[in-house]
Amino acid sequence: MYLRSDERGPAVNNRLALRLALFGGFAVALFAILFLRLWLLQVLDGEKYLAEAKNNRTRSFRTSAPRGKILDRNGAVLVANRTSLALQVNPRKLPEDPAERHAELSRLADLTHSTLKHLRKTMHEELKLAPAAPVTLRRDVGHYLVYYLQENQDRFPGVEVQRVFVRAYPDGTLAAHLLGNVGEISEKQLKEPRYKGLQPGDEIGQEGVEDTYDKYLRGRPGLTRIQVDALGEPTPNGRLVSKPPAPGDNLKLSIEKDVQEAGEAGLAAKGLPGAFITMDVHTGEILALGSFPTFEPSLFTRPLTQKQVDETYNNPSAPLADRAISGYYPTGSTFKLITAMAALESGILTPSRSIYDGGAFTVGGESFKNAGGASYGSLTLVPALQVSDDVFFYTLGDEMWDTGQLQHWAHALGIGRPPGIDLPGAVEGLLPSQHWRNQLYKEGKTERPWSAGDNIQLATGQGDLQTNPLQMAIAYATVANGGTVVTPHVGKEVTDAAGRVLKEFAPPPRRHVKMNPANRDVILEGLHEAAQTPGGTSYEVFGGFPTPVAGKTGTAQRVGHADQSWYIVLAPYPNPKIVTAVTIEEGGFGAESAAPVALDILEAYFHKHATASAGPNGGSPG
Amino acid sequence: MYATRARRARPEPFAVHPGIAERLGLPYMDGGLALSATALVAFSVFTLAQATKHDVPGSPYYYVDRQAIYGVLGIVAMYLLTRIDYSRFRELRVGIYTFLCVSISLVFVFGFAARGSRRSFELPFFSFQPSELGKVLLVLALAGFVIDGARSGSEWQRTVRYLCLGLAPAALVFLQPDLGTALVFGAITLAVMYVGGVRWTHFAVIGAAFVAMTVAVLVVAPAVGTPVLKGYQEQRLTSFLHPSADPSDAGYQQNQAKIAIGSGEKTGRGDRATQTRLNFVPERHTDFIFAVIGERYGFMGAALVLSLYALLIWRALRIVTLSKNSYGTLVAGGIAGMLLFQVFVNVGMNLGIMPITGIPLPLMSYGGSSVLATFVAVGVLQSIHMQARLSQKGRFAW
Repeated sequence: MYLRSDERGPAVNNRLALRLALFGGFAVALFAILFLRLWLLQVLDGEKYLAEAKNNRTRSFRTSAPRGKILDRNGAVLVANRTSLALQVNPRKLPEDPAERHAELSRLADLTHSTLKHLRKTMHEELKLAPAAPVTLRRDVGHYLVYYLQENQDRFPGVEVQRVFVRAYPDGTLAAHLLGNVGEISEKQLKEPRYKGLQPGDEIGQEGVEDTYDKYLRGRPGLTRIQVDALGEPTPNGRLVSKPPAPGDNLKLSIEKDVQEAGEAGLAAKGLPGAFITMDVHTGEILALGSFPTFEPSLFTRPLTQKQVDETYNNPSAPLADRAISGYYPTGSTFKLITAMAALESGILTPSRSIYDGGAFTVGGESFKNAGGASYGSLTLVPALQVSDDVFFYTLGDEMWDTGQLQHWAHALGIGRPPGIDLPGAVEGLLPSQHWRNQLYKEGKTERPWSAGDNIQLATGQGDLQTNPLQMAIAYATVANGGTVVTPHVGKEVTDAAGRVLKEFAPPPRRHVKMNPANRDVILEGLHEAAQTPGGTSYEVFGGFPTPVAGKTGTAQRVGHADQSWYIVLAPYPNPKIVTAVTIEEGGFGAESAAPVALDILEAYFHKHATASAGPNGGSPG
Repeated sequence: MYATRARRARPEPFAVHPGIAERLGLPYMDGGLALSATALVAFSVFTLAQATKHDVPGSPYYYVDRQAIYGVLGIVAMYLLTRIDYSRFRELRVGIYTFLCVSISLVFVFGFAARGSRRSFELPFFSFQPSELGKVLLVLALAGFVIDGARSGSEWQRTVRYLCLGLAPAALVFLQPDLGTALVFGAITLAVMYVGGVRWTHFAVIGAAFVAMTVAVLVVAPAVGTPVLKGYQEQRLTSFLHPSADPSDAGYQQNQAKIAIGSGEKTGRGDRATQTRLNFVPERHTDFIFAVIGERYGFMGAALVLSLYALLIWRALRIVTLSKNSYGTLVAGGIAGMLLFQVFVNVGMNLGIMPITGIPLPLMSYGGSSVLATFVAVGVLQSIHMQARLSQKGRFAW
C-alpha cells in the first residue's frame, strides 16, 4: 500500500497515477461499449426495431362475416343466419390470484358442460395464436346462461358474451344431407390450398354444399386494427384501419323445395331407411335428393351432448349417411333397363325376339326361378319389361356371361364409377365383372371364378352389384336423353345480396354414349307399359297418374335383410324431363313402398309444372 | 499540469476586494461537473414533462414538478456541501457509518413497503430512501476507515476489514430486499479499496470468491433447495441472456426497452413514440428512463445524455487527481466508481446488455432520494475540488 498517511499536498504518486490511469481507461472502455451498443440499436438496426415497435402497438380484431344464404331454385330460403351469443373469456381480466383464477375457471367449466382441462387447453391454444385476445369458449349459449352470468358478474370477471352468426335452418331437417353444416376449420384443413388465408377458429362448410361451395358462401371477415397499450387495452383515438366484413354470396340450388319436401315426407311415412333423388335428365340438375333417417343440421351449431353424439354418430341406422349418393345396394329389377340396352346394342336381342319363360332358368345345374314362381311363356322385350320377367333377363345375362357387354354398358351408363356430383361423399360402388372376380379368385379372396351365374345375377341387379339411387338415376337419364351422361349437380348459381347472378353452374356432360334411338324407344315403351298398363308391375301405383310415365320396379335381395324396394321412373313419357329413383331398405316389393314415394314426388313435381304434363308429347301411346 | 492551466484561467486569484463570485466561491468550483449534473437533471425534467403527461390522472406534471423540486434542492445541497471542508467527514466517519447502518436498519421497522420490498420512509413530501444517501455516506466513511487503518494490521487484515465494513451495509440493503443498491454498495467498496491501493493479488482473490459466490447463489443454492435470491431476482439477473416474448417474463421488459431504443433511430420519434408511451416499457420514469430518451430523441438525444455522463465521470476522475489529501482522493475515487457503475449498469440494462437490477440512472431517473444523494455526491466532489484550489491559492499566496 502506498498510503502511509494523509499528509497535505497533492496525494498522487506514481502508483496511484497508474491505478487512476487504468480506472480512466476502464471508464473509457465502458462508455465505448455503451456508445457502440447505442449505435448498433439505433442507427444500424433502427429500422428493424421501428417495425417491431409498430407491430407491437397494433392489434387486429377479426369480425366474422355472415355466410351467404342457401336458396332453392325458386329463391325459397333453405339456410339463413341468425345471431347467437358466444361465451368469451378475456384472459387479461381474469383474477391474477392463481387460486381464484382456478376457482373461476372451474365454475365456468361446470356451467358450460365442459371440463377444466378442456377449457384450459382451448385457452392455451387460442392464446398462442392471439396473445391477450378474448378466447371464445362456446358459441350459441342459451339465454339462461347469459342471464346467470350477468346476475353473477362479480363471480365471473373476464367472462364476456358476444354476438356471432350461426346457421339457421327454417325448415328443420329439410335437405339436411345435401346442405351439410358449418364448423371450425381443422388443423388438417388449414394446410389445404383452398383454405389459404384462413385462421384457426374460422368457420367453414364441412359437409354437403356448405363444403363444396364454401368459397362463395364464406365471405371475408372484417378487420379492425387498433392501437393498443402494453396491456392490450385500446388507446383513445387509436383506430388505425377498419375494413368491414364482407358477407358471403348466396347460393341458389337446383333443388325444388316442394319436390324435396314430398320426397322426404314420403320416405318418413314409410319409416324405413331409404333414399330418393329427382334429377333433370338433360342437365343433371338435381331437383330433390334425400335420405332417411335424417338429422337436424342445427345440431352442429353448438357442441353436442353425449346423448346427441349417441343418436347421430353411434346410431346403427346412420342418420348422417346420405344413402342417395353413398349407399351400397343391389338394385333388383331396375337394372333390367341396363341389361336390355346391352343386349339390344350388342345385337343378341331384337325388339321382336321372343324368349320362352318356363318359370325357371337352369345353367350349370343351378336353377334361377322367376320371382313369385310365375311363368309367362314366350315373351318379347316390351312385355318382359312390363311384367319384369326374370327368366327373359336371366337368358340375356347367360348369353352375355363372358362377352363383357353387360359390364361395358353398365359402366358406360355410370354404374361402378364416380358420378361427378358436387357433393362430398359420393361413392363409386361396385360393378362385378369377369375380370374383377377372376382377379379375386387368383388372389385367393374368393372360392370360385366368374361364372354364368354371376352374370345372370347381375342381369337382374342381384349378386355382387353395389350401387345407389344416384348412379341408377344417371343410367336411366342417359337412356332417356339418348346417350348423354349428365354431370349431376345441386349448385345452380351464385348471387349477390341484391340477387344479381355472379356465377352459373352448368357443368358439361361427363361423356356421350352412342345408342340406337330405336332401342331407347322400345325400352321406354316397356317401362311405360310396366307403369301404366294393366298387368304392369307398378300399374297399381301409377295406373291412375295423369301424366304418362315410364317406371321400373325393383325388389333386391340383400343377405341378412328383408327385400329392398326400388322404383325408378322417367317422366313424362315418351320424352322424359326428369328421373326419380327411390329405394327403401327392407321395403319389400318395388311397387309396395318405393313406387308410392316416387308417386308422391312426381305429384309434387307435376303440381308445379302442370303445363309439362299437358304438353304435345303428353298423350299416352295406346 | 491541470493546476497550471487552471491557474492561468484565473487572472486574479487573490483579489484584495473579492467580488460576488469570489465570495460565493464560484471560481473554485468545477464548472464541468456542475454543468453536467445540472444539465442531466434538467434533461430529466424535460423528458418527464413530455413522457409522463398521462401517467397520473388529473395532474400531468406530477413527476415533473417533483423532479424539478428535487433538482433544485439537490443543486442547493450541492452548493452547501461545496462550502464545507469534506475533510471533516473523515473525523466523523464512525458517526457517519453508524448513521448509515442504523438508518438502513430502521427501514425494516418503520419502512414503507412497496412491491414487497421495504426501502424507504414515508415523509410528508416524499418517501426517503436511506440506502440512496447511504451510497455517499458509505464512500465518506469507508474512505476514512481506509486512511485511518492504513498503518494498522497486515495487508490481508486490512483488506478483509474494508470488505467487511463495506459489505455489512450492502447485506442490510440486500435484505430489504434491494439487490441493485446492494450491488452499488459493493462497487463503492471495491472502488475505494482500489484507489486506496489494495493489492492486485487481493483483488484477484476477491474476484475468484465473487465468481464462486455467483455460481453458488445462482446454481448450487437453488439446486440444493435453499435459494438465496428470490425467484424474480434470479430471473431478472439472467433474463438478458434469453429475451422472451412472454409479457410476464423479465426478459420481455428488457426486449421492449431494446425495441424502444432501437425504434428511436437517429433522430427519435418524439410524440409518436409508442413503446414508452403505451406502457410497453415498464418503469419508464425511473429505471427505464433511458429507453424513453432513446425512443423520443433517438441517437442524438441518447448520445447527448451519455456524453453528459462521460463529462461528469471525467470531471470526477480529474478531481481524484487534484485532491489535496489522500482522503479526498479516496472519496472522489469512490464517488467516480459509484457513478460509473450506476450509469453503466442502468444504461446497459436499457440496451439489453446488462441484467435488470433496479439501479436508477443518477440524476435522470425520477426519485427524490436518488437525485438528492447524487447531488450530495457531486457536492462532495466540488468540496474536494474547492479545497484543492484553495490550498493551491494558499500555497501560492505564501
